[in-house]
Amino acid sequence: MITLDELLERDKKREQDGFKRKIRIGRIVKPGAGNREKIIVIPTTVEEKFVHDDTMLVEQSPGEGEPTGGTGEGEEGDIIGEQPVRPEDGDGQGEGDGEGPGEGQGGEHEMEANAYELGKVLSQDFELPNLKNKGKKRALSRYVYDLTDKNRGVGQILDKKATLKKIVETNMSLGRIPDVTRINSAGFVVSPRDLIFRVLSREKQYESQALVFFLRDYSGSMGGKVTQTVVSQHVMLYSWLMYQYERQVETRFILHDTEAREVTDFQKYYSYKVAGGTKVYTAFQMVNEIVEKEHLARDYNIYVFYGTDGDDWEKDGKQTLTEIEKILTYAARIGISVVKHAYTGTKETEVEKYIQASGVLDRHSHLIKMDVMGENVDDSRIIQGIKTLIS
Amino acid sequence: MELVNQHVKGIMEECKLRARDAGLRFDDETLEYIVTNRDLIELSPKTMIPTLYDYWVHDVRVLSGKGMYEAYPSNPYETVINTRPAISFYNDNNPDWLNVMIFYHVLAHIDFFQNNLYYKNTWDVDLAGQALADKRLIAQLRSEKGRWVDYVIEFARGMDNLVGFHRELNRSLTRDQGHVPDRIDFYFDRFLQKIKSVPQHVYLKEIDRYNQCRKDHTDFLGIVVEQYPEFEENFQKEKQKNIPGKLDVMEYILKYSPFLRKEENEWMKSVIHIIRSTSLYFQPQIRTKTMNEGWASFWHAHLFLNDERIRGHETDFAKVNATVTAMPKVGLNPYALGLRLFEHIQEMEDKGRYSLGYFQLKDAHLRTKYDQTKNTGLDYIFSVRENMDDFSFINTFVDQEFVDRHHLFVAGKRFNPQRNTWQYYIKSRKMDEYKQMIIDTLYHPPDIRVVEGKTRNGVLYLDHRFENKPLKQDFIENTMIGIEFLWGGPVHLETSVPATVSQPGAPYINFWDPGAAGRPADSRKPPIQWKRVRFVMKDRKLHKQEL
Repeated sequence: MITLDELLERDKKREQDGFKRKIRIGRIVKPGAGNREKIIVIPTTVEEKFVHDDTMLVEQSPGEGEPTGGTGEGEEGDIIGEQPVRPEDGDGQGEGDGEGPGEGQGGEHEMEANAYELGKVLSQDFELPNLKNKGKKRALSRYVYDLTDKNRGVGQILDKKATLKKIVETNMSLGRIPDVTRINSAGFVVSPRDLIFRVLSREKQYESQALVFFLRDYSGSMGGKVTQTVVSQHVMLYSWLMYQYERQVETRFILHDTEAREVTDFQKYYSYKVAGGTKVYTAFQMVNEIVEKEHLARDYNIYVFYGTDGDDWEKDGKQTLTEIEKILTYAARIGISVVKHAYTGTKETEVEKYIQASGVLDRHSHLIKMDVMGENVDDSRIIQGIKTLIS
Repeated sequence: MELVNQHVKGIMEECKLRARDAGLRFDDETLEYIVTNRDLIELSPKTMIPTLYDYWVHDVRVLSGKGMYEAYPSNPYETVINTRPAISFYNDNNPDWLNVMIFYHVLAHIDFFQNNLYYKNTWDVDLAGQALADKRLIAQLRSEKGRWVDYVIEFARGMDNLVGFHRELNRSLTRDQGHVPDRIDFYFDRFLQKIKSVPQHVYLKEIDRYNQCRKDHTDFLGIVVEQYPEFEENFQKEKQKNIPGKLDVMEYILKYSPFLRKEENEWMKSVIHIIRSTSLYFQPQIRTKTMNEGWASFWHAHLFLNDERIRGHETDFAKVNATVTAMPKVGLNPYALGLRLFEHIQEMEDKGRYSLGYFQLKDAHLRTKYDQTKNTGLDYIFSVRENMDDFSFINTFVDQEFVDRHHLFVAGKRFNPQRNTWQYYIKSRKMDEYKQMIIDTLYHPPDIRVVEGKTRNGVLYLDHRFENKPLKQDFIENTMIGIEFLWGGPVHLETSVPATVSQPGAPYINFWDPGAAGRPADSRKPPIQWKRVRFVMKDRKLHKQEL
């Protein structure tokens, strides 16, 4: 069986022969609870043919999905169920039409393992330049021992406060404390089970050398392909960093509209959607707050990647630029991707305008990069964008 | 991949006997193989034909299939392929009772393959053998021409849905059944009435004369030819007309492409031919999915329930059967739908409801009680399985009784912005809408043909007969690049696109005027207006021209 590498090698040759490449690296994110989101990395390709486009008819009534069959009781118009919206943003390129059943979206696999694989493919086959290694500390994981676990009955150190609480509790339930304002401790009954001890336990501690903030605009204007493109780029970046730093990457995810919020995992990062306005600075401000509060600048290479459609209510970008300047004092790189809606044409967006005008790109050319692309770009352009952002 | 053992084969042979007694018809020989799930992943991109030609898209699909399998480990019960002998694949961990059920299911599939008339053109070919020969040819070409073989495969597959399946079928069916009118039919039905427009009394006189000739065993046509010397010529012309002359796009290119005619490109023709015949081979399968699965599910239940080997496994069977044939609350399951429709048809026919009497009955109560106890339902569904495809099956037999009986409805799905959810609701319980919804899911490639009159000066001119569904725009460019390559010159495609440009409504307003963010979009768009345009592919560049 042919390997992925061979397939990609063959795909490269298409360009020599004057045809477009056809293989894309598909990423399928299967939503899962908490940090258990899964990513599956697969090559995909579409066989183009003349086929009917059914979406056109669906578009006729906005907000309506494609109808399907159903069975059960109820009157016409009855609502029979609902499902949280999970936009396909960030999803892999679906398979071609008519591939038969069983090919749903999503999949189970360890996100990390597969993202690692994708990163490997990206840095080998797409020839991304290596990130500069700031290398403060060698990344390693170690164990520390601490008296953190509690144990009833036996143990190393008696936790007096907890024990006393327990004794009072026991005596109350036995009815030995008739008046809580006048407690006579001489009359307490003490059960051996009331003694609470601290025991030594092994705590795993990681030191990581890279911390990556992924920021994106999720305001109302970010609909459709723009979000998909931003998220695609961020998945690739994430995967590649994972490979480069041998899984010692920590990630934080921040979304913003007129306010910023941190979300716990990638699934939320890619799927959340609101219809609010846009204040770009809030996201950068939150980065500064987190870094300051958690003293992150000392131990980490900090990378900040931001994706937007370029829209900002703050036309002059004053606050955004202030926050960015602040980040530049400690960050290893800020990468800003502006993905333009098709309808903006060649017009410069607000974010582009004020970033360019501020001259920050020139003053800190080694620390901050900006890349501007259209919403309909393909994978190779997205990868090109990553090269720009980390060059 | 290995054949099943003798014990399992014994079970299969036993099943064959009983299936035949029940009326199913199929060849004696079948082959059953044990396969692993991994084998199946590797087979499925090749539409389960182990000997199909190699192609890199299959490899991509295998790799992604493996990813999918990691995500959704599944354990298919069986797969049957339409070859001679019929081949079927199984997992090796099935208990005997389950094998009995699966074998009945498989035998019904084989019966369907070998009796449904849409498969007629596959009856005389052993696909596994044919595919192996094709695979070898392609492998040999690849060793000579390298990756250009794959480009030709790619471009040929780009139009392999434009094959004239129905025309090919029509050709072979009419040849068999003499539907090309003979001279007598032609004389009375067309020649006298349409061409000569003779008055009625002349027509009747000729009929009398014909009957007289039959009685006397004398020659009838002799006098006709004397009277109308042009008769024979007219008849020959008519015969030609009835054999559809139009070539499909692939055939046309094969026959007339100046590029393929060059000696150094001759080899491409065999590749295109392989792609075309492979596509034709699978057409009936795509077009009878619901029927085929319904038919198999109908028989595995019917036969297994009357088989003593089910004893002790009734609940096991119920469980497996339910997972295969339950009607989903929302969604479509071809197994379930096809099964229920066959059962429905059988019952309707048993009660004699496919009749004028029932049709004219308007009283709902009397309709539910209507029963002529004809009991011809079983024969009837056998003829349905012989003569219909998914479209005619659904279009003919999905009626209000069927929809009501199974509480079917069209499930709508709409976005609820307040709750940020998709809401599913009962959109319609009307038979027409339900039927239309199913029909919309059926395979239906666009009707695109070569316009010979406009194909000149090296330009291939294609026309898309518009059926209120536009072509998928993203795919047009690459498809046309492929056709241009094989044609060896510019390609024009006439089709329809929406005249009113669909604007990105709400986001557009949001973007420039954030204050309007919450404004609800106008939910009533005017119906789409269509206009004809011509896509022009020249030197691998696509242009669009207004017509």
